[in-house]
Amino acid sequence: MSSVAREWREVPGRYNLKGTKCANCGTIYFPRRDFCPKCRRAGIGKIEEYDICRTGEVYTYSIVYDAPAMCDMIKPYAVVMVRTDDGVMIAGQLVDVDLEKVAIGMRVRAVMRKLSTDGESGIIRYGYKFVPAE
Amino acid sequence: MRDVAIIGAGVTKFGELWDKSFRALGIEAGIKAMSDANLSGNEIDGIFIGNMSAGQFIKQKHIDALIADYTGMATNHIPATRVEAGGASGGVAFRQAVMAVASGMHDVVMVGGAEKMTDMDDVSINSVLDATADAEWEAGMGVTFAGLHAMIANRMIHDGIATREEIASFSVNSHFHGALNPNAQFRKAITLDTVLKSGPTATPLGMFDCAPISDGAAGLVLCPLEDAKKYTDSYVKVSAVAQASDTLALFQRPDITTYQATVEAAKRAYEQAGITAQDIDVAEVHDTYTVTGIMALQDLGFYKRGEAGKAVLNEECHFDSGKIAINTSGGLKARGHPIGATGVAQIVEIVEQLRGSADKRQVENAKYGLAQNTGGTGSAVTVSILEAM
Repeated sequence: MSSVAREWREVPGRYNLKGTKCANCGTIYFPRRDFCPKCRRAGIGKIEEYDICRTGEVYTYSIVYDAPAMCDMIKPYAVVMVRTDDGVMIAGQLVDVDLEKVAIGMRVRAVMRKLSTDGESGIIRYGYKFVPAE
Repeated sequence: MRDVAIIGAGVTKFGELWDKSFRALGIEAGIKAMSDANLSGNEIDGIFIGNMSAGQFIKQKHIDALIADYTGMATNHIPATRVEAGGASGGVAFRQAVMAVASGMHDVVMVGGAEKMTDMDDVSINSVLDATADAEWEAGMGVTFAGLHAMIANRMIHDGIATREEIASFSVNSHFHGALNPNAQFRKAITLDTVLKSGPTATPLGMFDCAPISDGAAGLVLCPLEDAKKYTDSYVKVSAVAQASDTLALFQRPDITTYQATVEAAKRAYEQAGITAQDIDVAEVHDTYTVTGIMALQDLGFYKRGEAGKAVLNEECHFDSGKIAINTSGGLKARGHPIGATGVAQIVEIVEQLRGSADKRQVENAKYGLAQNTGGTGSAVTVSILEAM
């Protein structure tokens, strides 16, 4: 079972797509990085908070049939890599969608949903999933 | 740095080996490699072991101590080191051992690779495998390991790099060779139709696109090239051993249809060996999924982007095709994929090919062989080149 702290500290990124931006080179990071891999030492102290754009389009996808325990109730389900409108790539699920209509280029937006339940008495994890934008 | 030779190689049968424990498998591979090198055991002065997840699969950590103990090496108190790099654990262990001998720190080193997966249930095994990707931002969001590879496949198909049939044909090639390897988990040739009609794991990939869950172990013995003749007449030279890294998460790369770590490791390996991709006669590539096999053939420089799938579909990668032979062992798909053992078993197959002991799947006059071992979605890659002596 996961500790509360492990889940709680990731809340800003998972719920609200809080990322970071390196003011030295302009690269946007999601999940947040507090050390810019491009600038390394030159980026220290220049990392700013950045709200990732919640809309974008599907870069690639798959319909998952062989599901992990956390997704067993919803299988088959769609997973996607989404390129947001500010150019950041994010991986996640695409829900509220006709699985036969999932396609590369599809417009989507991020919403907050339940991700998993850690047993009967464990933590309920929430986070972003994508839905069709129109 | 000293040149290094492989003087012994051994592998267990791979498969669902219900009657064999992790210890039994590790010892069997070690004994085979040691006997192959004509050693008593006292010559060995170091052990490196590739193992990904014994801590989870059999709830045993500290397997470096276990292997040293059960192979009788702990009586001499020699150093034993366990290496983990996801699916590349075996390849990285091999590289550590080569460096140990090349540097002069060690003289005769045993390299082992072992994994016992079937002591755990299937759903739990998959959660262990998913954790070789980004556990927080991929697996934690419900994106499975198969799902990540399926997304690579869909993008490759979309970009016109390979068709679904071309990708699927990689499994047909692996099974063709698996049928010829007595140690393979699946010893049965299959048709393209079997792959295309297999139950979906993550579309477009089906069950026959995915490497199985396996138990098994492999072992090698290394020594300085100049000493090899003291032990055996059938040894091979390690011409190159290179390793490269990339982002942990697949989605953080500018292009997901190539593994830059494979490209970089291959470039370094060809430089070290002083050869090019065209000089390679036989190669073992990391086909956890069919799609990664196709990618590897392009990233290693064997085929141009867009041409690897066509070559595999045209059966150009068979051991007797006269062109570069791919996965003559059966690859991860048909020989099996006990994770930590895989990278070492790949080297064992190349050794067999280069010394002419690969029996029914023997590639004629093979001089250079290559092994590519991948961790996660190409986050760690080793490329090793061996040369016949």
